[in-house]
This record gives sequence, structure tokens and C-alpha cells, in this order.
Amino acid sequence: MFERVAPDATAVGVGKTLRRRWRLGEKFIESWIFLAGILTIVVLLGIIVLLLKEGLPIFLDTPLWEFFFGTKWYPVSEPPTFGIMPFFVATLWVTLVATAISVPVGVACAAYLAEVAPAKVRETVKPVIEVLAGIPSVVMGFIGLMLLSPLVQSVFHLNTGLSGLTAGIMLSLMSLPIVISVSEDALRAVPDDFRQAAYALGTTRWETIWHVSIPGALSGITAAIMLGVGRAIGETMTVLMVAGGALAVPVSPTEPMMPMTAAIASGIGNAVRGGLQYQALFAIGLILFVITLAVNLVADRVLEHQKRKFSR
Amino acid sequence: MLAKKTGIKWLALSATLLIMLATALVGCSGNQDNTVTGDELSGSFNIIGSNTVTPLTSVWAEEFMNLHPKVNIAVSGPGSGAGIAALINGTTDICQASRTIKQQEIDQANANGVEPYEIQVATDALSVIVNPANPVSELTITQLSAIYTNQITNWREVGGNDAPIVAIARDTNSGTHVFFKEHVVQMAGLPAEDKSLEYGSKVLLLPSTEQGVSEIARNPNAIFYPGLGYVTSTVKPLAIKKTADTPGVLPSVETALDGSYPVARPLLYYTNEVPTGIIKSFIDYCLSTEGQAKVIEIGYVPLR
Amino acid sequence: MKAGALKRQLSQRTAFGLLITATIIAIVPVLVIALEIIGNGAGSISWDFLTQVPSQAGKSGGILPAIIGTFYLMLGTIIFALPLGVMAGIYLTEYAKDNWFTRSVNLSIVNLAGVPSIVYGLFGLGVFVLLFHFGMSLLSASLTLACQALAMTVTTAREAILTVPREYREGSLAIGATRWQTIRHVVLPQALPGIITGAVLAMSRAAGETAPILVVGAAFLLPGLPQSPFDQFMALPYHLYTVAAHVPGMPKSTIWGVALVLLIVVLSFNVLATFIRLKARQRRLNA
Repeated sequence: MFERVAPDATAVGVGKTLRRRWRLGEKFIESWIFLAGILTIVVLLGIIVLLLKEGLPIFLDTPLWEFFFGTKWYPVSEPPTFGIMPFFVATLWVTLVATAISVPVGVACAAYLAEVAPAKVRETVKPVIEVLAGIPSVVMGFIGLMLLSPLVQSVFHLNTGLSGLTAGIMLSLMSLPIVISVSEDALRAVPDDFRQAAYALGTTRWETIWHVSIPGALSGITAAIMLGVGRAIGETMTVLMVAGGALAVPVSPTEPMMPMTAAIASGIGNAVRGGLQYQALFAIGLILFVITLAVNLVADRVLEHQKRKFSR
Repeated sequence: MLAKKTGIKWLALSATLLIMLATALVGCSGNQDNTVTGDELSGSFNIIGSNTVTPLTSVWAEEFMNLHPKVNIAVSGPGSGAGIAALINGTTDICQASRTIKQQEIDQANANGVEPYEIQVATDALSVIVNPANPVSELTITQLSAIYTNQITNWREVGGNDAPIVAIARDTNSGTHVFFKEHVVQMAGLPAEDKSLEYGSKVLLLPSTEQGVSEIARNPNAIFYPGLGYVTSTVKPLAIKKTADTPGVLPSVETALDGSYPVARPLLYYTNEVPTGIIKSFIDYCLSTEGQAKVIEIGYVPLR
Repeated sequence: MKAGALKRQLSQRTAFGLLITATIIAIVPVLVIALEIIGNGAGSISWDFLTQVPSQAGKSGGILPAIIGTFYLMLGTIIFALPLGVMAGIYLTEYAKDNWFTRSVNLSIVNLAGVPSIVYGLFGLGVFVLLFHFGMSLLSASLTLACQALAMTVTTAREAILTVPREYREGSLAIGATRWQTIRHVVLPQALPGIITGAVLAMSRAAGETAPILVVGAAFLLPGLPQSPFDQFMALPYHLYTVAAHVPGMPKSTIWGVALVLLIVVLSFNVLATFIRLKARQRRLNA
């Protein structure tokens, strides 16, 4: 009455086969996912390995001490000399100017948006800040060149507007969005109970902000500042176009100067693969990488700490 | 329903991406072998190098591509040093340069299996320019050297106003930077020649010639040295005196051709070994009467 | 009011005044920049400008190759960075255990996000241009920009997937679906808007980056369009840099025009991303 049917052809059998195929296909996809997961580590390691491989050999020619503290950068002379102090100090100057502007303005703006501004104002201002964040660095450099540089030159009576000051001001505009956004998040993360408790004691809104919210958000604000600093240190096109490009160790921000990023960008076209200048530029890249790495890592740690502090 | 809506969006996005991808890959007409097939030249190659020569090369490339529509030429001008490095690295077909290749570079090239072959395509009168409001009209090579080593820092030391000199140069990528250093800063060929001199540390090293020219046009105290093709009515070229007793000579096509301008230099193309195929056809065009006529249009000095 | 209270009200008013001033300082530059670029550049924008190839060393003609080159770069970046980023995001949220390995992956993402763009340029030069012998091409540039975009796509994918409520996953597993099936049919569709937002932002970033392609080698003048990924290419940000800098007698209005086009391209992608984000939030609230 019932025909003999092969086991695989029954419903149960088909189900078993399909499930086996699913599992195989799934294993295949899952291995890809795992590979993708380690991809970020691979890229990061790749960057580190490349920088070390191409950059370390320069220290055979120029000892580390002389490379870092030397003040003469003449890569095309015979014999070439590689001293990066002018670049390092230039990076310090433009970062200092950028931070000195973006921190007070950014934190104050964040405080306003998080604590004081009515929702409508907040909704209008935030997109404008996001537009600022989206402007490409080459456009900022171009604006700095066309608009800011002549202004700085006449206001400060300088020989030329191409200076660390101009670069620093443009950089502050580029760090501003991140300082504002992270600080605002930090301020909003401070639990409202704290503020309510302060109001119950009779404080004004400003006193609450100053004595309760800001101290409470301090680690987040610190992280915001560090992220802004990291941004300023790593920026290339803007400083390439407006910082001036002089090789002297700058003693004041109004001098034309060449930060590390610009030094790499302006020299790399010239460098023959494996040659001394090529190695020296990769070494600068390595130093830059280490610095930005350190800054971003610390900022990340601080943000984690802030999150844990207020998580409920 | 939610899944359906996002599903359609997903489909649309992938379709768009796929279409763009297809457009990109279609016509992978890799005529990468640069052959001359009868009358129809086809293929593509690139030219990398000097910022100074770029305006000239661009016009030549454009004209050549109009004459031979199947040829594709890509031109870049980051600097002579960059071009030579690209030739050595094997990443360019022609290197355009505003300075001669150095022995050290030839050695590096040979080590990489590259044989640089030099062809002069035009001449340039390297012009020293200042702002039109600057009263100074001529300088000696010795004075220029002192200015660019930061020995002379005020215009009044060379007969001008009491104002600080803003000395502008190109960065190390530039062949002009190197040529100027050897022939002006280090005063090659003069009794005062000093090969140990370097640019002073206060000199601004800019990444582009146009930026330097813009700065001159708006800064009354700046001085710069672009190729002749970059000199416009917004700036004032100085007459250069080889020594204190020879007369000052303004840069121009004539003075470069008859040799009276002391800072004239050859503009060069370098290829890997003797050029063949469409690269040869292109260079032949550049050296032809038609090609050389374009040199004057751009503002440089033809070979004859 | 008592004298003390009056003084406190006054200091509050001054303080608030300062905060508002700071906010104004933060937004005025954007408006100035936008107005200047639009004002000076709008005159150059014409149909010809956008669809012709450059001639006379870029002084006349249009900027079509730069626009197309930029789109190819965005496309190339997203082709590499999006699938890998999403898969890495899936790995981190669904499969990874809380051990040292996962922590190091998360750490490397944070690090990659902070690496300066010029260092990515060096990486691209050393690895894609020279080591892999891809040369100065669209492929090398896309891969370099994709590495840079990776941190962003992984982070946004991870966050988008994390917002999918646990109940959805549990419901799916309860009816017998495997982990992958749950991801594919339940989690990903829900996370899609967030993922796409991240992709669009990454494309916007790729459109605006100059330093990496300066090192990896964009061309100044390319009269035709790139025919294959191994060809050289033009790109808007590099074109802006070179015309602002490298061509004698370039009419200033042309340069502003290029800046305007670049700004429009970048900002329209940003607006698109915001739009997607808002619509997704709306839908989630309505659902």
C-alpha cells in the first residue's frame, strides 16, 4: 500500500539535507564575517609595519637624537641633512592656536546648546555645525588663502599672511564641531537629578551650569578637547596651503612655518622609493602616527570612564 | 511591510551601484600597448613632473589628442623631483623637468633598471619678480644670493624702501628650487661660487608657483622666481645683472635665445630609454614647428 | 530683590551673553564661507562647466573628468569599505566574545579613526602603488580611501546593529532560525538605515579627501575619462588644490567655481545621510 521511498525523499529527510546545506553555507558566510572582523587589526598592523619598515632605516643614517632635535632639513643637498625640530615646533604652534580658540568657544557653545538654548535654536544651530564639520580641508585651505591670510597680514602688520596663526585659526574651525559635539554629549549625560538638587538649594541656572554640570561633564569635555587636538595635529591640506612653509624653527605663531603633515605632503612627491628622503618622510609619518595614536587613545579611555561614571 | 519598504530601497541602491560599476568597467578598452597602427595612433601614457613645464605640456597634450583622438595623455605637475622619482619608480612614461637629472638620480635609476634619456623641448628664462609697487628694478646675482640666504633682509640694502624682504621660493619638489639654488644661491660659474650655501631658514617654501605669484601680486615686499610663462601684468620682473659691472637684462624670449639673460635654463623631457611608439610621435610633435609655436604662446622660449 | 540676588542675576546674564557670543562665533564662519563660495563661484557654474573636459591647462572648458573621477572614487571606496565594514560590524555585535581579541579589534578601530590622512596616503603609496604594483591609479586611490573609511563604516554598522532590540533576535531564534538567518532576515533590514547613513557619510568624506590622493597620485589634466581602474584619474579636491595653486593666469572665478561644485557634492551627501537618519527615526517611532 505504501511505496518504499528512499529516506532522503521524505519530508524529514529533505529537512535534514536542507539543514545540512544551510549549516555549510552558514559556516562559509560566518568565516567571511570572522575574516572581516580581523580586517581592522590587519590594516592597523599594516600601517604600523609599513611605517616602521620604510621609516626606521633613516635612523641608521641620522641618529634619533639628531633627527628629532636637529634644525636643518635639507633633503636634496649633498650630503642631505634631516632635522625635524622646525616641523615639530610648527605643529605645536598651530595646534596651540587652534586649541586656544576652539576650546573656549566650543565648550561655551556646547554649554549653551545643552543647558540654555530653547529646542528650536538647538535644532537650527546643530545642522549648521554639522555643515562646518563637512567642509573638506582643501576648501578650508582655499578660504584661508583667499580670505583669512590677507586679513591676518593687515591686522597684525605682518610681512605675509601665510603663517601659523592663519593656519591655527582655520584649524580651530575644523576642530570646533567635534569639541562642541562631544562636550554637548558629555553635558547631557550629567543626570538631571544633580541639577534638580542644586535648584532645590536655590542656585541660578548659570550657577548650576558652572558648579554642577560642567564639573560633572569634565572628563567628557577633556576627551572632547583631546579629540579636537588630535584633529588639529593630523590635518594636512589646510596647513600646506596657508602655514607658509618656512624652514626656520618658529619662535612666534605669526611666522610662516611648516608643520609635520605639510612637510610630508610637500616632500613625498620628490622622494625616490627607498631613498634617504623617502625614509625620513616615513619616519616623520611614524612620529605623527604615534602622537595622534596616543592622543586618541587617551581620549577614548576618558570617554569610557565618563560613560561608566553615569551609567545606570 | 517594513522589510518590504527597506527591501526596495536596498534593491535600488544596489542597482545604482551596479550600474555605476558597469559604466566604470565598460570600455576596458585597454589599448595599453602604445602602438602606431597605420594612420590611427592609439594608446595612453602619462607625463609627471615639473610645475613649470606643466602649462606647456598640457597644451601640447591637448593639441596632440585633438589630432589623434584615440590617444589619452594624463599630465601631472607636482614638481621635477617628483617626476624624476616617478621615472625611477616606474610610475610614469615621460618625466617633465625644469632641471637636469643628477648623477645620483641616474645611478638610482640604473639600479632600478631604468635608463633616463634626455630631450630638451624648450627653454625658460627664470624670472625674478617683485610687486609692481616695489621701486627696485635690478639686482645682481650676488645680491640675490644674499637675499635668499637671509644675509640681506631689508629692501633698503639693495636700493629700495625701508621694508623687510619676504623671500619666497618653491619647495624641494620643484626643479626650479634646485636650479635656482645651484645657479643663483650658490652662484655657479661666478668667482664667488660657494657650493655649501643653502636657502636661508626664513625663506618661505611654497608648494606651488601660482601661490607664489599671487603672493607677489598682493605683497609689496615679496620676491619670487617663477618660470617666464607665469609672469603676468600683475607682477614686475627684475633685470638681472650677472656681475656689478654688466648691464641688467630683463627676462624675455629674445634674451634667453641670444644668451644674454644670465638665468636661462633648458626645459626637458626624460623617458626610459629612447622613446618609441606614440611617445615618440608625441615628442616629435612637441619638437615640430607647430609644437614650438605653442611655446611662445604659453610664454616660454622655443628651441630656435 | 535683595542685593545679593541681583548680583547673581547679573552674572548669570553676562555669562549667558558670553555663551551666546560663543555660539555666534561658532556659526558665523560657516555662513561667511558658504556665502563667499556661492557668491564668487556661482558665476562659473554652467552646463558647459559641468559637462566639458578642461582645455588650455584648465583655464577654459569644464571640469567633467574631475566630477566623474570623484564619483568613481566614492564608488570604489564604498565597494571595498561597506561590505567589509558591515561584516566586521556583524562580527563584533553578534559573534564576538568578550575577550582580549575583541578588545583589541575595538581598540584598533578607535586608532584607525584617528590616523592622519597623510599617513593613510603614505600607507597607500607603500602598499597599493608600489608593493602591489597597482601604480598611481583609481584602484590604489580607492583602496587607500577605503582603508580610511573602514573605521567609520564598522562603527556605524556596529551601532546600527546594536539598536535592533533584543526581542527581535530572540523572537527569530525562538521560531527556529539559525544565527545567520536571524541576522540576514531580521537584524540587517532593521539596521539598514543606520548602515546606509554610515556609507553615505563615508562617501562624502571620500569625495573631500585630498592628502591621500595627492600622495597616491591624482592627475592634473586628464582630457578623457578613466577607462579602467588602473587608469589615472582627476578628482575635485585635487583639482581645486592644483588650480588654486599650479596654473598661471587661471581666472579666479573658475577656482571658486570648482570649490563650489566640491562643496555641493560633499554637502549633498551629508544632507542625504541626515535625511535617511531622520526618516528611519520617524519610521521607528511610528512602527
